[in-house]
Formats: sequence, structure tokens, C-alpha cells
Amino acid sequence: MRTERLIGLVLAALAFTAISGLALITAFIFKEGFPLMMKVGLTDFITSSDWYPREGHFGIFPMILGSLAVTAGAMAIGVSFGVGVAILLTQFCPPRLVGVLKPAIELLAGIPSVVYGFMGVVILVPLIRENLGGSGLSVLAASIVLGIMVLPTVISISVDALQAVPRPYYEGSIALGATEWQTAHMVMLRAARSGIMAAVILGMGRAIGETMAVIMVAGNTIALPRSLLSPVRTLTSNIALEMGYAAGDHRQALFATGVVLFVVIMILNTVALTLSRRRARGASR
Amino acid sequence: MRVPPAVTQRAVVGLMWTLAGLTLGVLLFIIAFVLWKGLPNVSWEFLSAPPRSMGREGGIFPMIVATAYVTGLGVLIAAPVGLATAIYLTEYTREGRLTHVIRFGADCLAGIPSIIFGLFGFVFFVITLGMGLSVLSGALTLALMVLPTIIRTSEEAIRAVPRAFREVSFGLGSTRWQMVTRVVLRSALPGITTGIVLAVGRCVSETAAVMLTAGSALGLPRGLFDSSRTLSLHFYILSREGISMAKAYATASILVVVILAINLFAYWLMRRFVAKVR
Repeated sequence: MRTERLIGLVLAALAFTAISGLALITAFIFKEGFPLMMKVGLTDFITSSDWYPREGHFGIFPMILGSLAVTAGAMAIGVSFGVGVAILLTQFCPPRLVGVLKPAIELLAGIPSVVYGFMGVVILVPLIRENLGGSGLSVLAASIVLGIMVLPTVISISVDALQAVPRPYYEGSIALGATEWQTAHMVMLRAARSGIMAAVILGMGRAIGETMAVIMVAGNTIALPRSLLSPVRTLTSNIALEMGYAAGDHRQALFATGVVLFVVIMILNTVALTLSRRRARGASR
Repeated sequence: MRVPPAVTQRAVVGLMWTLAGLTLGVLLFIIAFVLWKGLPNVSWEFLSAPPRSMGREGGIFPMIVATAYVTGLGVLIAAPVGLATAIYLTEYTREGRLTHVIRFGADCLAGIPSIIFGLFGFVFFVITLGMGLSVLSGALTLALMVLPTIIRTSEEAIRAVPRAFREVSFGLGSTRWQMVTRVVLRSALPGITTGIVLAVGRCVSETAAVMLTAGSALGLPRGLFDSSRTLSLHFYILSREGISMAKAYATASILVVVILAINLFAYWLMRRFVAKVR
């Protein structure tokens, strides 16, 4: 019996690794980044457009806007494709084809982000340059690449949400004479609303957090984006591009960029978790 | 004029099939393109020789070794911890505030971008703990990054084991730990392995986090504290700095082949598992 208790304790201790890791990450990112934010002033750091590390000017407004622009574009693509494919998979697709499509989508999630970025550089960027003008390295290119990259997240969580809708909802709607599609968008999508919102928000988190692929296709110019074809730099690329040679205040400023990113991600995570928990409770009722 | 619902349905379903077709098309195109451009540049020498002149010539042997080290070590650290967490959550405690906290930690960790893991690994492992840019720093960072994947898949696999198995085991007089190791884990093994295999895949494809923690030295790593460059980072540097497109394509094709193999293996395991549970 003694060994049993000991085993229980050891397992409990190990179970706290994830949450302790999260706490450590939070503590260290803030510890490194926060002092500089205070030094520059929080509002200045976030709203100023001057990023001249050598002169000690640290303003990340263009990068915030860059991240937002790229993420918005990615979501436009990722959500329309993702939710569409999820509805197809749960309602219209014969089971044998589901068996092909689902693993394919999981494989899409497995492909390294550098490969996506590379494909963006060799295929997408030249296409944009030749047909739409500009250098091709742009918000548009980054949005398309990220839109594809967030698809697996959006699809798999939306599929889970749609599958969790009680079967009688579907049957009731069909029995009332609704077509499959009317049932899909008037009943199923509505019943799975919070789960699909969670899928969208987690996808958003993926898009904001993606680094390597964005560096390769977004152009990385520090300027406010004026159109879909302007090059931009995102928060993540700012960190990855300059971390290699940064020191002192400059390095701290990159950690401060990380703090901003981290806070945004944690807010998105918490909202998504609350939404999916609400769904879990709703389904059991 | 009102469009009849049946017509709308056909149009919409057609559109959704197009979207799914495009998604599948993109996947197939990426794989085919990379393999077609890259595989002709792959030779035995490429796989077994070290790079020369920054990767313009020669091969990728040290990067293969570095990737294997960082991935192997990372998963070796994350797997027992993740499995223990899953066992604790499913077999050793009731749902309550404690399990909420543990799950919240894992779920949040799963959403954190790899560049943040990189920053953390850099300041914590590399600088604070003094491990330097090294295989060990990289592995520890990756371990933390894939921990949520392992926890979640193991938990699902363990939960899928029928209740009756546990009752029979207890009925035969086993202790809880005997029940877990001899009955539950045994039937959940393929599911757990699937999670671990997927974690291997994530480690192999990761770039941002290893760039900041394992560094980008070109040499063969000879110990845990050597800095070394993984395959994905090598590929990134080759293509981004325009060192050699041929070598970049070749490296990419190796990466894609590895990822394909890992995913197929995981898929095969999962199917076996599902067949068994039913």
C-alpha cells in the first residue's frame, strides 16, 4: 500500500510539469521584456512606429499592424475553407472518402513551416509579382500561406464541434422537411457555434504565432502596410530576425515584443478554452 | 425569384467539394513538387558527407545526426512526463479543481507559438542554466513544446480502454498500479505510441525554437553541450541566404520524406488501435 501512495505522489508531481512550464515561461518572458517596456513606456512601445534599435528607439506599432493584417487575411482563407471542409466531412462526404481526407489534413499539419514558407517563395511570390505587381513578398503572400497552414487546426476542431451536436437535432430538422444544407447551416452550425468559434480563435493563435513561413514570404519591411501587396514585418518575424545579433536593450526589446505576442496568445487561448468548455457542458446537458 | 432549396444545396455542396479538392490539391502539389525537385539531388554522398563551403557543396550528415539527437532526447524527456500526467489525470484522481489546473496548463502550452518557446529556452536553458546553445537546450525546449501533444493523445487512448477491463483487474485483486501497467497501458499502447510518433514529427519540423536554443553550428555534435544545426534549420538557412537551391530542395525532400513516413506510421498505428478498441 505504501508503494501505491508513493506512485500516486510521483505521478501527481509529474502531472504539474506542464503548468509549471507555463508558469516558468510566463515569468522569464516577462522578466526579460517587461523592464524595457517600462523604460520606453508601455504606450510608446506599442503605438510608436520608430524601430531603430541602435538609437534606442523601440516602437512596435508597424509589427502589431503587420501581424494583424496577415492574420486577418489568413483567417479569411482559413475559415471559409476550414468550416466548408468541416461541414463536408461531417455531413456530405461518404465515410470512405472521410478516411482519405482526414489523414490528408493531418498530414498538412505535419509539413514543416519552413517548407510552406519555401513553397511560398518559389511558387506564390513569383505569381503575385508577375500578375499583381510589387515584389511579391507581401501581406497577400503571407495570408495565403498562413491560411493554408491554419486549415488543419480549423478543420479538426470544427469537425469535433459539429460531431458533438446531438443527432436528434439533425434528424428533427430533416424530418421537418429541411434539406441537408438547410440543416447544416440553420441547425448544425448554430448548435456548434461555440465550438466553431473556438476553432477560429485557435486558428488565429496559430496564424499570429507562426514565424518561419512568414519571415520567408512577408518581406519584413518595417512600415505600416498600405495594401495587400505591401511587404510587412510581424511581431514573430521581428523576434526571429534580430535575435541572432541583438544584445542589451535591443535584446530586451525583442523579449518585450515576445511579451506582447504572449499576452495576445494567452487571451486567445483562454477565450477558446472557455468556449470549448461551454460546449462540453452544453453537450452533456 | 426564389431559388429552390435543392438547387442551393447542390451549388453549396459543389462549392464545398471544390474547397476540399483545392486543399487536397495543395497538399499533393507541395509533396510532389518538393520530391520532384529535390530527390534527383539526393545521393548517398549527400546523406553521408558533411557540408562544405557553408552547405553549397557536400551533404547533410551532421544535420541528420543533430535532428536525431534533439528529437530523440526531446521526446525521451517528454514521453514519460506526458504519460505520467495522463495516467494521473485518468486513473489517480477525480475531476476537480486540480485536474482543471493541470489541463489548463497543458491546453495553454499547446497554443503557445514556437518562437516564444525559443525565447524562453534561450533565456532559461541557454543563459540562466548555463547550458549554452546546445543539443540539450534544444531538446529540453522541444520536450516542453510537445508535452501537451503527448498528454492529450495518451489521455484519449487511456480513456478509450473499456471500464470493464479495470473492474476485472480490481476484481482479481490487483493494486491500482498493477491495473494501470498490466491492463490499461497494455491496451492503450498503440494510441499512446501514435501520440509519441506525432511528437517526433513536430520536433523534426520545428525551426524557430531550435534556432534560438540549439544554434546553427555546422559541425557534427559530439556531446550534449555541442551546438548543432537541425535539418529544418539548415534548409531554412540554405534557402533564405540563397546558398544553394539544389541543396535546399534536396534537404526539403528529405524532410518531407521523413514527415510522410512518420505520419503514415502514426496513421497505421491509430487504425490498429481503433480496430482493437472496437
